[in-house]
This record gives sequence, C-alpha cells and structure tokens, in this order.
Amino acid sequence: MDIKILGTGCAKCHALGDAVKAAVKELQLDVKIQEVKDMKKIMEYPILMTPGLVINEKVVSSGKVPGKEELKKLLLNAAKK
Amino acid sequence: MEIAIRLLQGGVAALIDYLSFHVLTCLVPAFFIAGAISVFVSQASVLKYFGPNANKFLAYGVASVSGTVLAVCSCTVLPLFGGIYLHGAGLGPAIAFLYSGPAINVLAIVYSARLLGYDIGAARAVGAIVFSIIIGLIMAVIFRKEEKQKNAEAFAALAIDPPGKPLWKQLAFFAILVGILGFGASKQWIVTGVLLVALGIILWRWFTTGELKQWMKETGHFVRLIIPWLLGGVFVAGILKAAIPESWVVGAVGENSLLANFVASFLGMLMYFATLTEVPIIRAFMDLGMNKGPVLALLLAGPALSLPSILSLSRIMGWRKTLTFSALVVVMATTTGYSFGFIVQ
Repeated sequence: MDIKILGTGCAKCHALGDAVKAAVKELQLDVKIQEVKDMKKIMEYPILMTPGLVINEKVVSSGKVPGKEELKKLLLNAAKK
Repeated sequence: MEIAIRLLQGGVAALIDYLSFHVLTCLVPAFFIAGAISVFVSQASVLKYFGPNANKFLAYGVASVSGTVLAVCSCTVLPLFGGIYLHGAGLGPAIAFLYSGPAINVLAIVYSARLLGYDIGAARAVGAIVFSIIIGLIMAVIFRKEEKQKNAEAFAALAIDPPGKPLWKQLAFFAILVGILGFGASKQWIVTGVLLVALGIILWRWFTTGELKQWMKETGHFVRLIIPWLLGGVFVAGILKAAIPESWVVGAVGENSLLANFVASFLGMLMYFATLTEVPIIRAFMDLGMNKGPVLALLLAGPALSLPSILSLSRIMGWRKTLTFSALVVVMATTTGYSFGFIVQ
C-alpha cells in the first residue's frame, strides 16, 4: 500500500503524518509513507484544503485530521482492495 | 553590546506592556469564534460556490468575504487558492480569495481594530473586500485566454459532508458569540452577562458534549498555533521600535504622499508576516510616526503577499500571473492607502 501525506508543513499536516504512522503501526500494515510538500505536486490531486491523505493515489481525506478510528477504517478498506 | 541590551530591553518592555495592557483579552472571544467557525460551519457549504459550474458573479462575491470562514490560518489560504484556481471557479475568484483572506478573518479584524484603531480596522476589512473583487476581475480579464481544463473531482467530493445544524440555529449561535465579543470589548457588562447566559442555554439545549469538546479542542488549537507567533511578533515590534530612529520612519512614511504609500505597499509585498503578527509590528511603526495612509497600504499589501508566498504562487500559476498580481496588489494598496490617508486627515 502506498500512502501520501499532502501538506506544505502546517501544524495539521504534521499531526496527520503522526496519526497515520501510529495507525499503521497499530494495524501492522506494510505500507510506504511519503510526505508530499511541493505545492505543485499537491495541487495535482483533487483536494482543496491541506492536509490531504492519499492512499494508492486516491484522496481519502482532506482539510482535516481524521480521528484514530476513522483512519484505521480508511486504511483497512484500502488494504482489502 | 550596549546596543544589543537596549534592543532586548525594547523587546521585553513591549511584551510586558502587551501582556499587562489586556490587549489579549479582546482576542479571547475571537479565538472561541474562530474555533466555532472551523467546527460548526460546514466549509463544503461555502466551497460549493467555487465549483467549476458555479455562477461567476456569485463566486466573486463569496470569494471576497469567505476568508472570514475559511482563512483563519494563513497556511490554509494557499492550498485553497490553488484548489479554486485549478479545480474550480478559476483565476478571478481564486485571486479575490487570496487577496482578501488574510485581512478579513475574525482574529485579524478584531485585533487590527483594537490595536490600530477602529477606523483602520474597518478600512482594512472594507478595502480588502472591495479590492479583492477588482483585482480578481482584472486578472481574469488579462488572462482570459488561459482557462484551464477543470478537474471537477475535487468539488464533486464535497457533497458527501454531513449536513450541519439548521441555519437559524447556527446564525443565533454566532450572533450571540459576536455579541459577547462586541459588548465585552465596550465593557457593557450587563448585556455581556445576559448573552453569556443565553449562550449557556443554547449550548445546553442544542449541542452535544462531543461537539462542545471539539469546539474547545479547535479553540485550543488556534491559541497554541497563533499565540507563540503573536508574542514573537510583539517582541520583534519592540526591538524595531528601539532600533529604528523615529526620523527614518517619519522621513519615509510620515506623510500621506503617493511615494510613502508606494514604499509601504512595496515593502509589504516583500515582507513575510506570520498570522496576525503584522498588527503589532505595524503598531510599532505607527508609534514611530507612520502616517495612517501608508499604515493601511502596508496592512493591505503585507499579509496578502510575501517573498515566500510569491515563490509558491509562481509554482501554482506561473511567473507572469504572479508578477501581474503582485503589481496589482502594490498599485491597489497604494491607491487605497493614499485615499484613506486623505480622508482621515
């Protein structure tokens, strides 16, 4: 699974990165996490607000830091496919 | 060495003065309002006016005022700008949003009015709204041939947000919050007390504990995000006040001339201000003798653009558009500042 965190370095973007890492560790998933900080690359995804969470090139959340349970659900859903 | 000590003293004195002067108290209700906006106002409901199929006139109007709701932190402005430009209503509305956003969020309005005077606070908000539309329209006309292929996906995804509370409940809630802010600031304690009681009843009847918790969490988030920058800004302002000779400021921007307004706008375009720090720093310049016209010019151009944001903007929309926009900002800020200085004199 391929995860991208979209954000130019705002506080919420760091929070999202940490939350995702924690959730991934808890679920013991095999993923690659990449932080995308370049505005131009971020804008190639259909998001309006950072931070954005992209799993397997699909935007699953933007503009907020999802709660722990929600994050796990998003990760598990993507892992099933 | 002596100079360094004198500068530090200036910074510390400004901090102490600031903390004891209860300037911060006016920000307390504003922080709660900002927190409430980000939790309870559905951002999707505002953003849908920026979609690729949105009514163009409506898009400009909403863009010019939506900073109140969407741009509490300057770090959200650039991504939103990019989103509206590339995926939504296009260049004009995106530019309007970019220009007015930093000037009209709740914290910026309250803080500028309190620290710089109500005339400047009001002129800043009105100037930002009016000129954002004008600059947006000019940009859209200049670059009308370069309409991009729209990616509607970003806006299609917006609809899935769950609906919030009925509109009248939201309006009542925010009206009371703004009332507390206003009456509290003018020391009408009885009215403020009545409103606080009303707020208590509303919170108890209409809101769940989860919602309240989220509100407090978001408010705390803003406080932690902004206060350190703000104290830093106050400190820097104190140092500037001790470091810069009054004669320089009076000589360069002490009068409301076109040149003084241009200097203020141009420097404002280059300077980077973290969220809200423009206010104490400009206050320091005012104390040193800066005229109200150039003050407004600096306030309008300062937070809208900075060297770092010009660089990011050029990555999103290219150098030609970025430089045109920067030039327009300087011209508009200069004219607005000059007219304002003329009126208040």
